[in-house]
Amino acid sequence: MFPADLKYTKDHEWLKPAGDGTALIGITQYAQDALGDVVFVDLPEVGEAFGQGEEFGTVESVKTVSELNMPAAGEVLEVNGSLGDHPEAVNEDPYGKGWMVKIKLTGDLAGLLDTKAYEALVSAESH
Amino acid sequence: MSTTASELMKTPLNAAHRALNAKMVDFGGWDMPVQYPAGILAEHEAVRTKAGLFDVSHMGEVRVKGPGALALVEHLTPNAVSKLAIGQVHYTAFLYENGTFVDDLLVYREGEEEFLLVVNAGNSDKDFAWVQHHAPGYDCTVVNESPATGQIALQGPLSLSILQPLTKTPLEPIGYYFFTHGEVAGVQCLISRTGYTGEDGFELYCPAGDAEKVWNAVMAAGTPKGLIPAGLGCRNTLRLECKMALYGHEIDDSIHALEAGLGWIVKLDKGDFIGRDALVAAKAAPAPRKLVGFKTLEKRDIARDHMPVVRDGKPIGFVTSAAPSPTCGINLGLAYVPTELAKVGGRISIEIRGRAVDAEIIPTPFYKWQK
Repeated sequence: MFPADLKYTKDHEWLKPAGDGTALIGITQYAQDALGDVVFVDLPEVGEAFGQGEEFGTVESVKTVSELNMPAAGEVLEVNGSLGDHPEAVNEDPYGKGWMVKIKLTGDLAGLLDTKAYEALVSAESH
Repeated sequence: MSTTASELMKTPLNAAHRALNAKMVDFGGWDMPVQYPAGILAEHEAVRTKAGLFDVSHMGEVRVKGPGALALVEHLTPNAVSKLAIGQVHYTAFLYENGTFVDDLLVYREGEEEFLLVVNAGNSDKDFAWVQHHAPGYDCTVVNESPATGQIALQGPLSLSILQPLTKTPLEPIGYYFFTHGEVAGVQCLISRTGYTGEDGFELYCPAGDAEKVWNAVMAAGTPKGLIPAGLGCRNTLRLECKMALYGHEIDDSIHALEAGLGWIVKLDKGDFIGRDALVAAKAAPAPRKLVGFKTLEKRDIARDHMPVVRDGKPIGFVTSAAPSPTCGINLGLAYVPTELAKVGGRISIEIRGRAVDAEIIPTPFYKWQK
């Protein structure tokens, strides 16, 4: 449910470092399940820069809305335009087709959780 | 502080929801399914095109019976109870003296001198106390039947064809907002052609201990026809599309019946009732605000419950309920706005997370059942 090659935030975003100074970002299986059917993802423009923890967009489901916060400082290189027509990809494939932005990392990954720590966090929140 | 599931009240179908892998939430102190694995969009669509099955056992039921029952219910509600035939239901409200809402409810006329009042779960205790408080002087009994009653709502265009094989009672002759009594799957039920979705459907009231038997029988009969269990999430989007009021949103103890657009349940000529004087006065003076339907103009602008309606940065109204509409495919909502702005085609601004966005006032209901 929470792949080992990802880093996680306490707000339920994931970050996947590509190893070349870039990373993909999305929301976790737990987050998409809590939101329910996603109907719109508001994403930033390519070229925008964000600090760690800064809001870079929102994800709207039928029943609620959630802010998207940057797991690490970076500049947006690419956004997942296919979510415009297929926001349900966030529910169906949160670590794959449901990715949201690709960034050039401009800071470190300090404070991010590994799979084990994130699993513990989710387990505590669900009880 | 959060309430743990063990402290929440449970309907007789709690185990059934868990077996269906429902996502459970705290709804007014009740442990209720917000959705099942199909999700809100699929459940909403099933109700509009096939059928959905809801557990609404959390609703409250109060029975008023005796020679003074009619006079008490007439006193407590603005709609014309004496016009109800035996076997007929209507939508009405309990109002305070100032015309604002204690709650909204359904009144079932079970007999010349017997009425079943069906009220919101979250207001059930308050409502029962309200009826009891006003009952002295009227020759009738007031009984809270909520704990003993299960309620299941089968909603959607295939409801009749799914339910008919489970009962000998002919369902087709039951008109909309009428009811009868009969056995469903061997369980004695009140069978009511009513609902909160804007579709054809039936609400079944049965002894709490038999609710699971009825639920399972309807699920088994309906599943081959596309029936799926449906949670409170889609119940909200379905009722919103039909502009059906929800207590705590469109109506509450600060909003009176006329500004809520519920003048049709207020029969001023029926004689006295609680709140009548205030509503007579309200009718004589122009209402300063009105409930309107709106759509936001951009796909990304999704209004939500309780957001402010603004003009020049200042709040002039508020959104009561809003959501992306699964049926209409646009972002809809209901809002109280100053009466001078309450015109179809007019524009209002809604503040969404600090940003004022444009919305257009559009006709309601947003969705209308094709009978």
